[in-house]
Amino acid sequence: MGRKILFVTTDQQRYDTLGCNGGKLARTPVIDRLAADGIRYERAVPQSVVCMPSRSTIITGQHPTTHGVWMNGVPLPVDAPSVAAALRDAGYKTSLIGKAHFEPFMDPFGRFTENQLGRAGTNAANGHRGFDHLELATHGANGMLHYAIWVLNHHPEAIGMFYPVVDGDMNVNAIGGGDTDAPQVKTNPIPREWYHTDWLADRAIEWLGTLDATDDWFCWLSFPDPHHPWDPPESELGRIDWRDVPLPEGYPTDRSQREAILDAKPRHWRQWYDGTLVSNFEAPRHWVPATLTDDQVREINARNAIECELIDEALGRVLVEVERRGWADDVDVIFTTDHGEFQGDFGLLFKGPYHVDALMRLPLIWRPAPSAGIAPSVVTAPVGLVDLAPTFTTIAGQVPCEWMQGKALPVDDSDASSRGFGVTLTEWDSELFGVGVYLRTITHGDFVCTVYKPGHVHDGSEGELYDLASDPLQHRNLWDDPGYAALRSDLVAELWDRQPEPHRPRLQVEAPV
Amino acid sequence: MASIRREVVIERSADDVWALVGDPATIHTWFPGMTDATVNGSTRLITTATGLPLPETILVNDPIQRRFQYRLDLPVVRYHRGTIDVIELDRARCLVVYSTDCEPDPMALVVGGATGNALQALKRQLEADTA
Repeated sequence: MGRKILFVTTDQQRYDTLGCNGGKLARTPVIDRLAADGIRYERAVPQSVVCMPSRSTIITGQHPTTHGVWMNGVPLPVDAPSVAAALRDAGYKTSLIGKAHFEPFMDPFGRFTENQLGRAGTNAANGHRGFDHLELATHGANGMLHYAIWVLNHHPEAIGMFYPVVDGDMNVNAIGGGDTDAPQVKTNPIPREWYHTDWLADRAIEWLGTLDATDDWFCWLSFPDPHHPWDPPESELGRIDWRDVPLPEGYPTDRSQREAILDAKPRHWRQWYDGTLVSNFEAPRHWVPATLTDDQVREINARNAIECELIDEALGRVLVEVERRGWADDVDVIFTTDHGEFQGDFGLLFKGPYHVDALMRLPLIWRPAPSAGIAPSVVTAPVGLVDLAPTFTTIAGQVPCEWMQGKALPVDDSDASSRGFGVTLTEWDSELFGVGVYLRTITHGDFVCTVYKPGHVHDGSEGELYDLASDPLQHRNLWDDPGYAALRSDLVAELWDRQPEPHRPRLQVEAPV
Repeated sequence: MASIRREVVIERSADDVWALVGDPATIHTWFPGMTDATVNGSTRLITTATGLPLPETILVNDPIQRRFQYRLDLPVVRYHRGTIDVIELDRARCLVVYSTDCEPDPMALVVGGATGNALQALKRQLEADTA
């Protein structure tokens, strides 16, 4: 009997939303306890800042260039390598409960398995991407995934309670709500027990209940929150009064200061802020960031924090079940997310081709199984989500698969140093109706350097360079600073030297998301 | 207006490919996710694997140019043209181009995103027939 793995992901969650990472707004005692008993990573970096490429990195252990999912809407090939399959081959029972998103949601032809399973009313995945059991959900109750079908069958009146994620033109919705008319905010009267966060915890507990005590298992519990829309159950809104929420440190309240910071970055930053360029589908097409108000930032942060609290409590219920089954000493718990969220930083919301901490610094906590005897620690060296897959196989007593491009996560900084951690890569490619944007980024120690390839708004000369130690908010772009020219040159050379093998042929976009 | 284009080279003659592509009642035999196609004059009703009915108007079915063009008639689609061109490369090979022009923009990917996959399925089917 080996170690079991409870892998918990959220969607679009910032590093600073957890108490253990210094967050002051959301109360997250369950995750904070895991951090205190385990390893807390202070610089976990995604290899993409949007869902499908990032999630594909998690399951394949490969960079987006290699697995081929270069933007949302590109399905991960069904025969792509999968760490879940490697664990299943090693005898593990495997499940993914929650948001998968290796395949597009918008699927009128019903071509993708994730949607087919929900419509067919089955959780039996028969090894699809290495899983025995898939029980899927996303943000709300529309679509064909299991949660949407459950709501339709049991509580159809709740479908319209959620925020309408897309508008009548199928663009990400810009319509406002709440007290401040903030985009992607709605007061949702759904009872808490019907909301997807608690529903998924129930489903995970039920799946664990199907297992024998001696089974080895890998459960990927994937919460769709705190990704927008920010529509937690109305019954929970009293937890945090948005009027009491301090403005984030990364939100320059002075408009001229905010715009000066944006103007020092490549031009698409300011163009998006002014509403003259929306380069990616994930941002509401008809929302102009320059209209964002202080109160909207407060209300969004309050609702986001409430969603984080609900996740923490739901995870707590699953851990109680793990303990009740007698597995507590043998379960590794890993908690992370796929990418971050602006949440007001630079006067922006959502995400896009912007490689800064808001989107790139992720919560990552590994609480090793107590039976493994690994001491609690804090790792400051950069690690990547690409390192998760080999971590899972290592926990399972397996050698990481040859197709994995990362390394098993370090257990402390000494381990990180001896095994060569300290550098991560992140990439962005998007092509949306004639607008192409292409970024390549290296995080090396305290420096983050981004190169822009030629595209719709960039000529290939632009870039960003930040010193995270002296400029943690990334307000000062050093790209054109002569004092950093040599460092910039070295980082750019290293960035290109480290580019992974590309997927051939290039995969096609098959849906907006 | 959004415009997307997918293409594939098929190792079959343009006439062989056109025999399938130019027959509007057989699209569901090569387009994954379509379960039925019923043609009545210039109208065609597609049924998808999700049970969604897609009513269409056939605009062009030209065996000389080997061009097939149709319009999707759905309230959520303000403008749509789906165009399939079969272009001879040599006697045994042709290029098939499937274009989708659509407004609102995201619908181009929602309804046209599957066309690249469909062309691959068409290629597999026709080249398997040769083997």
